[in-house]
Amino acid sequence: MSDSGHNAQLFSESSKDSLIVAASLHRVYDAGEVQVHALRGASLKVNKGECVAIMGSSGSGKSTLMNILGCLDKPTSGSYRLCGEDVASLGRDRLADVRNQTIGFVFQSFNLLARTSAQENVELPLYYAGASGRERRSKAAEALERVGLSDRSHHHPSQLSGGQQQRVAIARALVTSPKVILADEPTGNLDSKTSVEVMDLLAELVDGGMTVVLVTHEPDIAAQAQRVIEMRDGEIVSDVRNGQVGAES
Amino acid sequence: MNLLPTIVVALRALLRNKMRSFLTALGVIIGVGAVVAMTSIAAGAQARIEQTFQQMGSNMLVVRAGSSRTRGVHGGAGSRASLTWSDLAAIREQAPSVLYAAPLLSNRAQVMAEGNNWNTTIQGTTAEYFTIANWSIGEGSFFSEGDDSQAQKVAVLGKTVADNLFGPFSDPVGQMIRIDHVPFEVIGVAGSKGQTGHGRDQDDLVFVPARTFRMRLQGGLGQYLDGSVFVSAVSQEATSMAEREISALLRERHRVRPGMDDEFTVRNLSDIADARQQGAQTMSLLLAGIALVSLVVGGIGIMNIMLVSVTERTREIGLRMAVGARPRNIMAQFLTESVALSLVGGLLGVLAGIGAASWLVGRFGWPMLVQPHMVLLAVAFSAAVGIGFGLYPAFKASRLDPITALRYE
Repeated sequence: MSDSGHNAQLFSESSKDSLIVAASLHRVYDAGEVQVHALRGASLKVNKGECVAIMGSSGSGKSTLMNILGCLDKPTSGSYRLCGEDVASLGRDRLADVRNQTIGFVFQSFNLLARTSAQENVELPLYYAGASGRERRSKAAEALERVGLSDRSHHHPSQLSGGQQQRVAIARALVTSPKVILADEPTGNLDSKTSVEVMDLLAELVDGGMTVVLVTHEPDIAAQAQRVIEMRDGEIVSDVRNGQVGAES
Repeated sequence: MNLLPTIVVALRALLRNKMRSFLTALGVIIGVGAVVAMTSIAAGAQARIEQTFQQMGSNMLVVRAGSSRTRGVHGGAGSRASLTWSDLAAIREQAPSVLYAAPLLSNRAQVMAEGNNWNTTIQGTTAEYFTIANWSIGEGSFFSEGDDSQAQKVAVLGKTVADNLFGPFSDPVGQMIRIDHVPFEVIGVAGSKGQTGHGRDQDDLVFVPARTFRMRLQGGLGQYLDGSVFVSAVSQEATSMAEREISALLRERHRVRPGMDDEFTVRNLSDIADARQQGAQTMSLLLAGIALVSLVVGGIGIMNIMLVSVTERTREIGLRMAVGARPRNIMAQFLTESVALSLVGGLLGVLAGIGAASWLVGRFGWPMLVQPHMVLLAVAFSAAVGIGFGLYPAFKASRLDPITALRYE
């Protein structure tokens, strides 16, 4: 199928349930003399309540796509609508609000603040949302309970295992009740046993109706998703629903 | 966003690197400390000068006769008896800016009492002089205008003379003394003025009424006033005016033609006081200026550390942005840190400055006067330094790209 045909198909559908609508995203990095094309026209649509796994070897552009979807990076060209809003038109402050309210981002390297308790790490987004002290404490405690770490709320990241740290990071992503959780290789720094903990937690969220997009290069983890997108050289080469036979390309 | 959590976050970040924060603040501590110490000591010196001149008598002018000139040789001031008693009366009555005017005639003489004797300065004057020169009475009383006009043989002793003739614990009031064999009744002892700045004992003298002095000690009531005239202007501001009025009056009375030398000199003590005051003030401004420079240097130290801090915490900034911090949140965070750093430094500097000043006072006996407005100014300036030098690093932090910041190694 040609690129333009694919796009036409994407936008012809009613986007009532579409949370993420990205069309022909390009991302070019200036690396001195040479230009690196990390994304070469990636288009995708994610509906509400879906769990999508993005797969691909390193350098395939999956992390770049994730950063653009998470409003951490901007595409060089192409359009990205999140909840019907054109992200390119948003200013710095509005983008910050989108990252705060609409998106919950989970990083491969956890990115927790060191020497800061789990509770305070989870409170961080609420602090920028302008929540009161009481609201922050109760919501953060609730999110920590949801990831099963109520008893660790006063521990610092260095006192927690990798799996526990990632669960704190997920609690932080959840605490503002976002519309979508974006997880960039959430199990990449974890061993297989703790990976299961984290994946179970994400599966639980999906069961609860949360939209989850995650990047992974482990097929068994991707297998748990309802839909698997494969990327190669900055392009989406397949988009398969699990249990569905055949691939489009 | 509320202020309190921002401050808490900033203080916690500073406490994480206690040694570094302290060393950074040290620049401001030294700067503010220097400002406070310098201005306190300078203000103390100024107050002491003021006090010295107050003791000598503020608003005071001294009129002396001019110098004699015999075949081209100038005598000293007062060597020509050109001031007359009617000049004194004219100064008192015709110069509007003059409040009091009194003659001061001076002689050295041997004073005797109860078998003790003492060589001292005898000063013949009138009651107004005590007000002009700011004398206070220790015991008894000063003599009056009546004592002068009736040429009463009464005397007021300086403290040193009283101590030497009668001993430090006796009461000389009512006792008799002889000055050049003339008997005088002691009616008072003047309050002690202590030494002058040059070490001269101001209490080693005896006051007698001017008329008595002329008749009994000088020999006759001549036309000329063989001494000086002390004048008090109506206010400190009026001293220069009084000076001009007296000059004009005396030139007219002595028929000094324009262009010719005066036959008298008028010295204005408040001018000298002003000059000294000005000197002290200039000195204090200069020192405060140097101290301000060190504050600026301290500010640059803060800027340097804040830039290091922004670089070090680039990933933290990226994370904060990723979870929804607006640029202004990041800016506020770093600005609060630099202001907290400089403000705490400023407050410690105030303590250090007061401590250093009081140490110097104890060690060298300098006077000190902590000036609240300078303390406030120094603290305000240190806060301004925090804002001024924290602005660029904070702005730099707030402009970071979230993904670049997150990926920063």
